[in-house]
Amino acid sequence: MTFWILAPVMVLAALGILFVRKAVHAAMLLAVVMISLAVLYAVLEAPFLFAVQIIVYTGAILMLFLFVLMLVGVDASDSVVETIKGQRVLATLGGLALGVILVVALAQTALGAAVGLEEANSGGNIQGIANILFSRWVFAFEVTSALLITAALGAMVLAHRERIAPRETQADRAARRMRDYAERGTHVGPLPPPGVFARSNAVDTAALLPDGTAAEASVSRVLAARGTVRSAPTDDVEELQRQIGDPATQPERAGKDGSAASTEEDQA
Amino acid sequence: MTEYIVLSAILFTIGCVGVLVRRNAIVVFMCIELMLNACNLSLVTFSRQHGNLDGQIAAFFVMVVAAAEVVVGLAIIMTIFRTRRSASVDDASLLKY
Repeated sequence: MTFWILAPVMVLAALGILFVRKAVHAAMLLAVVMISLAVLYAVLEAPFLFAVQIIVYTGAILMLFLFVLMLVGVDASDSVVETIKGQRVLATLGGLALGVILVVALAQTALGAAVGLEEANSGGNIQGIANILFSRWVFAFEVTSALLITAALGAMVLAHRERIAPRETQADRAARRMRDYAERGTHVGPLPPPGVFARSNAVDTAALLPDGTAAEASVSRVLAARGTVRSAPTDDVEELQRQIGDPATQPERAGKDGSAASTEEDQA
Repeated sequence: MTEYIVLSAILFTIGCVGVLVRRNAIVVFMCIELMLNACNLSLVTFSRQHGNLDGQIAAFFVMVVAAAEVVVGLAIIMTIFRTRRSASVDDASLLKY
């Protein structure tokens, strides 16, 4: 019963990995497949692998995927341009052929009645696995340690970045600022803060200079590169004036109306 | 037990097609993980079919190797991304010429 509920979910999630554009969504769908697999392991009388599947695959490997996605950029989506002509169609046809061959071949084989693991698991599944792992497969188990150490060393070597230039200290930065001022006359002091004299005080709104133009240096370069900088230029001010009516008479009238309304309310 | 093996075959096929079709190196890697998982499912199924725990040991070793492989593979993807600002498998083509 568990199988027939989980199998469609797993196949749909796995198919989703093929079709979603964003890598993060693919990682989430892979998590669905892996957790469902863990449940199937539990159904198949493998409680140890059930735990290992969740801890190692869903816990460690998928987290690693997500961390790398965060470093690479979450919105790094796949390009849909085919570099080899007809490759996608050919790959799909080949995949379908492989699937049909496998399923047809499996449909023609009779596996017979399952022996079941009651006897092998009689002393406990973990004890049974430990008995075999530390007797017959002990050499493979020890070679695994060499593999893990090599992988850890390899990851450290690959992820290590050599410092090419010496680290820039605060004194270096101050000296560079003064040098730039002496040579090119750039501004020595800190950059203007965003939102000054603008309608909004948010960091994504450029400050307005006395002549009404936006100060480019007041917003972060990252926001400018993303194109999420909001403008508070003069046309916004005009839009506001249009909304509230004539700016010259409006404040006085608003004040009078407000006082009149309050007196009326008091009388009522 | 055949249905478990059929599911495993279907998942393996989907992983195969994913490796061939997708261009993002990280998604290609996820599809490889999907294939490894499909093989694990068939190993565990046959373990139950034959009443023998050796299949579960094999699945356990596959998980260990997959963990090591993911660590190194993702480190390679990170290194390539750092130098060419792209995680697409088509961009790493210098050895072709």
